[in-house]
Amino acid sequence: MTTASTPADVARADQARATDGASRTGSSLGYLRHAAGKLGGALVSLLAVLVTSFFLFRIIPGDPVKAMTHGVPTTAEQLATLRRQFGLDLPLWQQFTDYCAKALSGDLGTSFQFRAPVGDLIAEKLPATLLLTGVAVVIYSALGLWLGTRSAWRHGGLGDKLNTGIALTLWSVPSFWLGLLLIIVFSVGMGPIPGLFPTGGMESGTGETGFGYVLDVAHHLVLPVVTLVAVGYAQTLLVMRSSLLDEMGGDYLTTARAKGLRDDVVRRRHAVPNALLPTVTMIFINLGHVAAGSILVETVFSWPGLGGLFYQALSVPDLPLVQGLFVVFAGAMILMNLIADLLYPLLDPRVGR
Amino acid sequence: MTTAKKTEKKTETTKTTETTETTEAVGGTKAAKTSTTATSLVWQRRRASVARFWKQYRTHRAGLYGLAALALIALLAATAPLTVGADVQSVTEAPGTALESPSAEFPLGTDQFGRSLLGLLIWGARISLLVGLLAAALSVAIGTVVGIIAGHYGGWFSTVVMRITDWFLVMPTLVLAIVLATVMSRSMWTVVLAIGVTSWPTTARLVRAQTIAVESRPYIERATALGGGHGHVMSRHVLPNVMPLVLAQTTLCISTAILTEATLAFLGLGDPTVVSWGGMLQDAREAGAVSSGHWWYLAPPGLAIALVALAFTLCGRAVEAVLNPKLGVGR
Amino acid sequence: MSARSLLEIKDLRVTYGSGAAAVPAVRGVDLTLEAGSKLGVAGESGCGKSTLALALLRLLPASARIEGEVLLDGEDVLSMSWGRLRAVRWAGASIVFQGAMHSLNAVHRIGDQIAEPLLVHGRSTPAAARRRVGELLEHVGLPAARAAAYPHELSGGQRQRVMIAMALACDPRLIVADEPTTALDVMIQAQILRLIERLVAEESISLLMISHDLAVLADTCDRLAVMYAGRVVEEGPARAVYEAAAHPYGRALSSAFPRIGDLASRRAPRGLPGDPPDPADLPGGCAFHPRCAVAVDACTELDQELREAGAGHRAACVHVGSRTPGSTS
Repeated sequence: MTTASTPADVARADQARATDGASRTGSSLGYLRHAAGKLGGALVSLLAVLVTSFFLFRIIPGDPVKAMTHGVPTTAEQLATLRRQFGLDLPLWQQFTDYCAKALSGDLGTSFQFRAPVGDLIAEKLPATLLLTGVAVVIYSALGLWLGTRSAWRHGGLGDKLNTGIALTLWSVPSFWLGLLLIIVFSVGMGPIPGLFPTGGMESGTGETGFGYVLDVAHHLVLPVVTLVAVGYAQTLLVMRSSLLDEMGGDYLTTARAKGLRDDVVRRRHAVPNALLPTVTMIFINLGHVAAGSILVETVFSWPGLGGLFYQALSVPDLPLVQGLFVVFAGAMILMNLIADLLYPLLDPRVGR
Repeated sequence: MTTAKKTEKKTETTKTTETTETTEAVGGTKAAKTSTTATSLVWQRRRASVARFWKQYRTHRAGLYGLAALALIALLAATAPLTVGADVQSVTEAPGTALESPSAEFPLGTDQFGRSLLGLLIWGARISLLVGLLAAALSVAIGTVVGIIAGHYGGWFSTVVMRITDWFLVMPTLVLAIVLATVMSRSMWTVVLAIGVTSWPTTARLVRAQTIAVESRPYIERATALGGGHGHVMSRHVLPNVMPLVLAQTTLCISTAILTEATLAFLGLGDPTVVSWGGMLQDAREAGAVSSGHWWYLAPPGLAIALVALAFTLCGRAVEAVLNPKLGVGR
Repeated sequence: MSARSLLEIKDLRVTYGSGAAAVPAVRGVDLTLEAGSKLGVAGESGCGKSTLALALLRLLPASARIEGEVLLDGEDVLSMSWGRLRAVRWAGASIVFQGAMHSLNAVHRIGDQIAEPLLVHGRSTPAAARRRVGELLEHVGLPAARAAAYPHELSGGQRQRVMIAMALACDPRLIVADEPTTALDVMIQAQILRLIERLVAEESISLLMISHDLAVLADTCDRLAVMYAGRVVEEGPARAVYEAAAHPYGRALSSAFPRIGDLASRRAPRGLPGDPPDPADLPGGCAFHPRCAVAVDACTELDQELREAGAGHRAACVHVGSRTPGSTS
């Protein structure tokens, strides 16, 4: 599994969030104040990330240069040069202020391994990760919402048990292992099954253009997306299921039935829109998790994205690059949370706008 | 319905006794005699609640399956020194040749050093379970302490603590754990620490909410009024009441911890001197098991991880459903 | 009889759960409502009156078992097909639910919610439905522009007016009002009651009104039925039941409400000790005997059938027909 919290955790954290939402004020001024507060909170969180990252990479390793050159014969002079290069000879507080000032202006340092600015490396790999995680999130959100709705509507039945059982089983599977197995079965080929999909990468490099290129990339996308969807949809399913179960005792559903609506119309038009509110929030929060969770899948499928870059950086370890990626991943989480916080009042008419 | 009412009344009586005990202890007279009866009552109550818990747990079939699977795996792991022995890890005294297919001698084949994969799988259960349990225990312990303190003291202190918790909650836990494991030295304890210190915030939030609920009960007010200090209230009154929740949370945490441990080991961040399931998968990938289609090398460790994680999840959900039927997880 | 009654409930029984855990909520209710008349059903919380209301349109959860007959215009609601049932719902009989906050969908505009049954039953086009919604809102005393509002933007009284407008949408012949004025303050309660009365009179709709408040019912309805523990224990003309109840429980209820809308007395009518019985654990004999001041030994053994207590007035008490002790003091 790629995200390190159980589906139940998310469901509960989310209930807490929903309660927060209900207490908000109803005027548009209230919304602006709410938005400003959330924005301020996000900025503080971002600063805290910078502090943490400084602490993690400058203080815990003792001597970062020694950690990076671990196993490689290096002379004392070379070490000293490296220290100067990374500014490690300066006093700690100055290192910290330098780091923050640079990070806030977009300079995340220089990669030890690639001898290139960390920011450029990340910008180069970002589109591939956005493509992979974007496609995966759309598919597993849709799948989770659909199956979660069906599960809750007929809760306790065979379909529900099968649904939640399969989702929980897949959730328990390590994503990288599932990816490797899929490669063996569908790329390398096993028994009568021929190798249907490429073993990795994002394109074949045959110089295709236009529609042919799109098809080629889509072909490469299949297995990584299947892996991410399989291990990830359980969260959406369980949250949707539990929030719909909460709605199902609602008097307004009895009203809808009394009006002579068909059962599926009651579900689609009345129950689901109410249950969607907490689930949509969770999907946004998950977006941030998925980006981080794609580290394993990208590694296994040699996907040219941030996750693969992170893995490359870890194996050296290329601390400036790891540090830069840490800030980017954490920043993505904060951004997604901010979007969820700003979106929630707009989706729920009770909270007002 | 009537039974539930009776039990409630009984609990109420016992609680009053507890408070009496507090009075005596503070007053400093006749303490011994009263507290003996109180203690035996408390034990009686606990035995009864454990029995009640088990009776309800038994009705959740998935939880029973999970428990059975766990018992089996725990037994295998505990008896591993007798069945396979520590020699199974040895690279120099490997019994087979490299990368053999499954056979009668090696039911799951061998790895690139000629070691029996079945033996490694059984031996690996020890480290995977151990790290999972320790990391979950650490995580839940931190979460419980933070939650109780934040819930008990309230005010600006609680606000600050919860802000920090919320901040941790939005951190990408896996990335943080990976980074911690990278910058610290390679060892099992690093992995335990990396998982433990990154995954506590959910527990802290839950425990804080429960602490606030417990402290609003009148007998806590009485205990405070009678001179019970902060430490006394937190350890004698709040802690026993949040324990069931903590138990459920631990069970759910373990499966996440085991998955994270496997992930870290797969990324090469685990302890290189011991065999774990995630490490076996890393070895398999490095030995080219994927491109040569050696599925028998890859499949068993992953299945084992999934089985244990699923078993803990099923147990955790069953425990949760028993403790809080309203959550709807078990329905 | 050629002119058959609009609503005829025959030996209606509702049981929740099954086997040893079965809980009877309604235990053999017979009621009749003539076209254009108004019937009130009274009783404490948990006596089965809301279950009765939901059973009329088969709105109970699947775990409830319903037996007996509910004849709406001569057609048995309980045995009709799902398709026919959906057609009868709202168009034949509509419901004004209690607690309008939760009975309206919080994420839809009230105009859409009122128009929904019109569109579902194929009564009108979307444009015509919009016009009709405006008319209905003005009919219940709300400006037509409020159609764009969400439920949370309205007061409790306004929401109840929306519920009533919604109930009128398909010109039903019967409206079931389940505690329509509970949780409203006294002034609003009176307004809503007058509104219901006026609309019912104008459109010659029949009304089945359910309340814990005998005074409210007596004020609005022609006939009253008093329910206790899932059974009708007294039934008769509104005045007679309210002013000279024949059943000791009916007497307790009518003395319970000195004023319309005193919420505090909802659960425990004045002068009546104890709680209503747990439906899962009903006392033997007459279910009311543990709380009855005039119970005799026979009451613990024998449950009473409804018997004549006056002109069109029946009560299920051992004292009815003999001298009624305590009623003249």
